[in-house]
Parts: sequence; C-alpha cells; structure tokens
Amino acid sequence: MTTPVLRARGLVKRYGRVTALAGSDLELLPGEVLAVIGDNGAGKSSLIKALSGAVVPDEGEIFLDGSPVSFATPIDARKAGIETVHQSLAVAPSLDIAANLFLGRERRRKGVLGSVFRMLDRQGMREEARRQLDALGIMTIQNPGQAVETLSGGQRQAVAVARAAAFGSRVVIMDEPTAALGVRESRAVLDLIGQVRDRGLPVILVSHNMPHVFEVADRIHIQRLGRRKAVVDPRSVSMSDAVAIMTGALEPPGS
Amino acid sequence: MTAAVEHRDRSLLTRVQHLLHAQATIGPAVVLLVSVVVFALLSERFLTPGNISLVLQQVAVVGTLAVGQTIVILTAGIDLSCGAIMVLTSIVIAKVASETGLPGLPALLLGFVVGTLCGLLNGLLVTRLKLPPFIVTLGTLNVFFALNLWYSGSATIRGTDMPSLLLWTGQTVTVGGTRITYGSILLVLLVAAMAFVLKNTAWGRHVYSTGDDLEASRLSGIRTARVLLSVYATAGLIYAVAAWTLVGRIASASPQAGQTDNLDSITAVVIGGTSLFGGRGAVVGSLIGALIVGVFRNGLALAGVDVLWQTMAVGVLIIVAVSLDQWIRKVKA
Repeated sequence: MTTPVLRARGLVKRYGRVTALAGSDLELLPGEVLAVIGDNGAGKSSLIKALSGAVVPDEGEIFLDGSPVSFATPIDARKAGIETVHQSLAVAPSLDIAANLFLGRERRRKGVLGSVFRMLDRQGMREEARRQLDALGIMTIQNPGQAVETLSGGQRQAVAVARAAAFGSRVVIMDEPTAALGVRESRAVLDLIGQVRDRGLPVILVSHNMPHVFEVADRIHIQRLGRRKAVVDPRSVSMSDAVAIMTGALEPPGS
Repeated sequence: MTAAVEHRDRSLLTRVQHLLHAQATIGPAVVLLVSVVVFALLSERFLTPGNISLVLQQVAVVGTLAVGQTIVILTAGIDLSCGAIMVLTSIVIAKVASETGLPGLPALLLGFVVGTLCGLLNGLLVTRLKLPPFIVTLGTLNVFFALNLWYSGSATIRGTDMPSLLLWTGQTVTVGGTRITYGSILLVLLVAAMAFVLKNTAWGRHVYSTGDDLEASRLSGIRTARVLLSVYATAGLIYAVAAWTLVGRIASASPQAGQTDNLDSITAVVIGGTSLFGGRGAVVGSLIGALIVGVFRNGLALAGVDVLWQTMAVGVLIIVAVSLDQWIRKVKA
C-alpha cells in the first residue's frame, strides 16, 4: 500500500463546550484530488485549519510522508510544503500579481544591492510569476505587473492557486475555491485543480458544490459530526447518496 | 451619434481613472503645477526667490511630519499624535542641551530616541491592545502634550541658549538666488530615502500589503504586528527629525508650537493621493501635498485673499482629494 502524503489520526479540537473535531482521520494519497465534503458544523474547516497550521489540534497526530509533524502556525505548514488557498484568497488587492505571488517571501537582488540596500529583485520575480502562470495555462492574465484588484474573481483565484502551486512542494489545500465564482470562472478553476494534480501535487479540495466535487475528485472524504464518516469513490457512489451520507440519512456502504 | 460620443467620453474618463490608479501621484503633481502657474499669473511676487524660500520654509516642518504620517496611513492607520511627539521631542533636546550643557549631537540623538519611543508606544498599543489607531493616537496626543507642558514648565527655550547644531536646520544655503534651509533639504532627502525603501524593499511591500489587507498579509506569512510596530516607531523617529527642523525654523523650542501640525500633516498626506483606507499612495505625493497647501496659503495671501478663504480652499482640496481616491478605487479591468 502506498504511504499517504498527508495523514491525520484522531484529531480533536474543542472550542469551549463545542467539539469541532471528535477524533477525525484523513488520508491524502500521492497524486490525487481528495474532496472533503460535509454539512455545516461537520468540522471541515477545523480539519483543514489543523492541516494548514491555522489551528493547533488538542489531540491527534499529523504525518507528512509518514513522519509525524506539528504545526504551530501557518508558516510552519508552508515550510513543510503545504500551501493553502484560503476562501478569502489572501491576496493584497492593490499590489500587483508578481508581488502577490511572492508576498511574504520576496527575493532580493544579488550582491550589495540586495544585502546592504535590501533591494528586491523585481525583474526576477516578475519573470518567475510569468513562468508560473504560463505553467498552469493561465493565459487570460497578460501582465504580471497588473494590480490584483483589476482582475476578475476567477483571475484572482487563479493567482492564489498559482501561488500555492508555485511554492507548495507536498500538498495544496483549497478551501471553497469556486464558492464566489460564476459558471465560466468555476470551469477555469476546476481545470486549474486538474493541472496542479497533473504536476504531481496532491490536492485537498473543500467544497459545497457537489457537481464540482464529483467532476474533479478522485476520492471523496465525507465529514460528519466531527469525524470522517466515509471515503467514497465518485465513480461508484451517486451524488444523492453522498449527500445522504453527509446528512446522516444513509449509512455508508460496507459499514 | 449621441451614443458614440458618450462612449468616447466614458473611455477617456476611464483612461484617466486607470492612469491615476497606476500613478496616484500624477493628480497632486498636476494640481501643484497648475496652482503654481495660476498664482504666478495672479501675483508677480509669487515666483520671486524670497517668496519661494518662504514657502519652502513653511512647508519643511509639516512635510517632514507627513513622511512619518504617510507610512502610518499606508497601513490603514492614522497618527493624531505626530505633532505632540514633535513638540515633546523639541522641548527635550532643547532643554537638555541648554540646562545640562549636553553638546548638540548627543542631545539630538537623545531626541531621536525619545521620538522613537513615543512612536513605539503607539505601535504597542495598536498591536498588543488591538485598539484602533485613531483612539490610541488621540489618547497619546494628550499624554505627550501633557508631558511636554510638564517637562517644559510651559516655558519657551530660547535658541541662543542652545548648541548651534540644534539650530542648523534653520541655516540656509543659497541656490540660484533662493535661500533654502537645511531643514528643507533634510526633508527632500528623507522623502527620497523613504520612497526608495517603500518601493524597493520587502519591508516597504509589507507596509502596503498590511494596510491593504491585514488578514491576507498574515496568511501570507507576514508578521503584521511586527510591521505595524516598526512603522509607528519609524514614524516617531521621523517626527523627531521634524522636531529638529521646527527648532531651527522658529529658533527656539516652544511647548505651544506646532498645535495645528497634527492635522496639517494628515491634510498633506491625503491631498498627496495616499488613501486613508491604507495600501495605496506614495511618500512623494505627501511632499507634493504639503507643497500644495503651502502654495495655496501663500498664493492666496499674496493675491490679497483673507486667511479664512485660504483655510476654506484647503478644506475643499481635502474633500476633492478624498472623493478622487474613492473614485480611483472603483477602477475595473
């Protein structure tokens, strides 16, 4: 059996008297898109936050490539190669695309200009941004020097995905990437998710949109009442059955 | 026919909007240029070396404050205490030097420390107690002003009692018949240095992104609290430089000086095209903004316009500048 790239065991997270995660497991296999679905309050967000370092679980373990890891901050998770595309996108609208791709990890110029005068390597970062956008086939964006606020919602999403793909070496997590988008823009983002997977990066996709989930996911993790209720194959389970398991109306097959 | 004309008008307007969006300093620069031309036509004395020298001197103190104010406003903050920090610092350097006989340089360095600490206090209150910058600096404005009155004993310190270094900023150098104070030159150097840092360093970029979207910056791995702290402390240091310029300008240190400078620095920043919502603007714009206010007041005075109308003109400028900013923000692809 292949080692999961990312594996969580018995994650527990309590907020006061509310238990958001009640011993949740998760396995992400190499090169797959794993969708995470669940009703509101099922613990999807808490699960994703624990994996991306945004919250520290009270109990449980996380393994990256089989070795245990613990993230105190999102920066720790990023350093380990886990990039997250947040629902809020986490882009600075007045900065340009290249600046956003490198936000928080800017590159400096070589030599004295960089070491003494701390000058940024703007040219280098623009070129690298261009390469990353091209690599993902994001052709609608002409100029990496364009301010992000002049982009459409889908293009902004593309910038956020490109950033995750450019720096994520192990895992990319996407939280509701199509929630705020129109039909055509959703289409482009779904294609992007496929592109990221085809580059060999496994993706965890959190989404409420069943057609989208069934279109791109290789496996579907169904979260219910703070636990993993089931993992199903989208080719053998119907959309309505997945929803039924999610809401508790149906017991998962084989249980 | 009508539709075609409308379409062309809209695209021209949209082009202007895009231009201003990309280069926010263009608007203020045009306003400055036009006002200089208009006032030169209205009064022959306007462009005389003596008058230019006067405007530059009048602008130096507020302009220097505006450099610090700019970086605070870029982070979507505001600093109401800048003038109070400046006055407190000016009293400290003047009093320490005149009473203890401390030489100019250490007295000045002590002033820089005091200014930085005042700024740091603002930064700590904003980042640790998570209070809105408006409230924090409204509070510290009063705290610093009270400290200033207490330490000075409400007494003015004469320039003749101070080491000459403290008055150096009021000395002049003559360039092409115009006498320029070292304080004005210091201001230009400060603006150039800050413009370089904001544009070319990661810190500068983080200042913009923190003001633009705090949460996005945090999620991008920027230690936003540290950025804010450094911004308020740096601003405090710059206010201390303004204190030096102030002492040179009025050739004394008065606890009652610079009362209107808190708001005047904000006026300069806003007229200079920096957005009060953060993340957008440039320090060069603030220098231009300070010059616009200086030119308006001086030019209207030369044209024989009453002081109250000068004040009204500045008020109208502020409202126009902020409306323009709102419009620019609505730019679309």
